[in-house]
Amino acid sequence: MAEPLLLVAGVETFYGAIQALHGVSLEVNRGEIVALIGANGAGKSTLLMTVCGSPRARAGRIAFEGEEISRLRTDEIARRGIAQVPEGRRIFPRMTVFENLQMGATFADPAWFAADIERVFGLFPRLKERRDQRGGTLSGGEQQMLAIGRALMSRPKMLLLDEPSLGLAPLIVRQIFETIRLIARDEGTTVFLVEQNAFGALRLADRGYVLVNGHIRLTGTGAELLADPQVRAAYLGGH
Amino acid sequence: MEYFLQQLINAVTLGSIYGLIAIGYTMVYGIIGMINFAHGDVFMIGGFMSLIGFLLCAMLGISSAPLAVVLVLLLAMAFTAVFGWTIERVAYRPLRGSFRLAPLISAIGVSIALQNYVQLAQGARPKPHTSLVQGGFTLYSANGFDVRVSWLQIVIVVLTVALMAGFTLVIGRTALGRQQRACEQDMKMASLLGVNVDRTISLTFMMGAALAAVAGMMFMMYYGVIDFFVGFLAGIKAFTAAVLGGIGSLPGAILGGLLIGLIEVFWAAYFSSEYKDVAAFGVLVLVLIFRPTGLLGRPELEKV
Ligand SMILES: Nc1ncnc2c1ncn2[C@@H]1O[C@H](COP(=O)(O)OP(=O)(O)OP(=O)(O)O)[C@@H](O)[C@H]1O
Ligand SMILES: [Mg+2]
Repeated sequence: MAEPLLLVAGVETFYGAIQALHGVSLEVNRGEIVALIGANGAGKSTLLMTVCGSPRARAGRIAFEGEEISRLRTDEIARRGIAQVPEGRRIFPRMTVFENLQMGATFADPAWFAADIERVFGLFPRLKERRDQRGGTLSGGEQQMLAIGRALMSRPKMLLLDEPSLGLAPLIVRQIFETIRLIARDEGTTVFLVEQNAFGALRLADRGYVLVNGHIRLTGTGAELLADPQVRAAYLGGH
Repeated sequence: MEYFLQQLINAVTLGSIYGLIAIGYTMVYGIIGMINFAHGDVFMIGGFMSLIGFLLCAMLGISSAPLAVVLVLLLAMAFTAVFGWTIERVAYRPLRGSFRLAPLISAIGVSIALQNYVQLAQGARPKPHTSLVQGGFTLYSANGFDVRVSWLQIVIVVLTVALMAGFTLVIGRTALGRQQRACEQDMKMASLLGVNVDRTISLTFMMGAALAAVAGMMFMMYYGVIDFFVGFLAGIKAFTAAVLGGIGSLPGAILGGLLIGLIEVFWAAYFSSEYKDVAAFGVLVLVLIFRPTGLLGRPELEKV
């Protein structure tokens, strides 16, 4: 079997003396959509940020395309081709929509820019209408679209998404999930997705992991996890 | 009237120098939210560097004034940029992420260290300098009073306006400027997008220091004298200018500089020169009461 695009092995992450991740191991293969689900405070965001080197893993290995990245700086990791839509979206509030997208393309080939911005505007026509509005004044949904668009502007090999559906209307959630599917299918971008919306995420994903108090507790295909009684009880209350 | 006009010209010149220093405060604050209290001393170092540069030019027999001024300016800017880089590296970067007052205290330490270093290396006595740029012209005369503008004053004002315009463009329109603003607004997000935050901050300090060198050189040429202590008061005034104009805003820094220059010069001209600084700081207090963000400071209209 080919080596995974992202390999996380025995990773431990601490905040001061508090341990947030306990020997977490998982892998994400090229072209896959992998979902990570878990309760509040399980350590999902911590895991995504640890992949990006902030905070750093205190133990364990993180390899991207077969190369160890856990000692690299965050910006170096980003330039390897990992883009993140972080928790809270982190739009630059005093930059326009267009400037936020330009920031996403900071280390992309300038020759791609025109085509990429059209693609993002095609995915999210609202962003085109709001091109010159300041990021901080966008609505929550618009900010989420902008955060995803910004991440796409670098043509990442892997896209890390931290709760892209949080706080959005069901219609928009469906649109965002559909966009993620398109990105993965049409462009071969690998997607690693954290979600509270376990039902939607597991239906979208090829595979999934369940994180409990910093430990990986379960793994399987999306369909397997959706059928798992434990998962159904803990994360799929409404379905 | 003639007296008033002459004072206005002097005030604009002085204000331009303050404004140039203030840009350095504002840029550093704008990006890492820290007041670099050693900035005034970097300005002083810039002044000394240009003094040494002019002596070197004289030794090397460079007698063309424009050539010497340009050479010395570049030398002083390069040298102080290295100072700015080093100061950030040694005194501020290790403290980034510690409690808010730590870098401030470190900055005061750097300020004292620089003053003492120059005092030891160059002596405590003021160093005179005869400017290469002499002369000027009479704007007009009336009632037996000549309103004069010196070439140097024109150089100072033009340079200030040009640098402010240039840096505003760099920050507002270029990729580097965008990265600087991104670091200001969210360092972690900037690094997630591949921006090398440390390098961006270093560059900002170097740009600020290079501007301080321009101001230091103009100050030295304008007043014809420099000593190790000039950075202190000029630095505080420039800081005041930056706050007055709205810290974080480049045009604000220049506007604030001009206002401080105007207040100071006119107070000295019409009331008393002892209280000119009190007047300048008094205006600062008034402005901050009624406009806490300064004159051109950005109002916070973000939603949460
Ligand atoms: N900066 C921090 N300092 C200290 N503890 C932290 C910090 N960030 C997170 N934690 C703790 O680490 C644990 C994991 O947090 P994390 O944000 O990764 O959870 P999460 O799974 O993303 O939760 P949620 O679904 O609520 O976003 C939590 O107990 C949290 O309190
Ligand atoms: Mg989270």
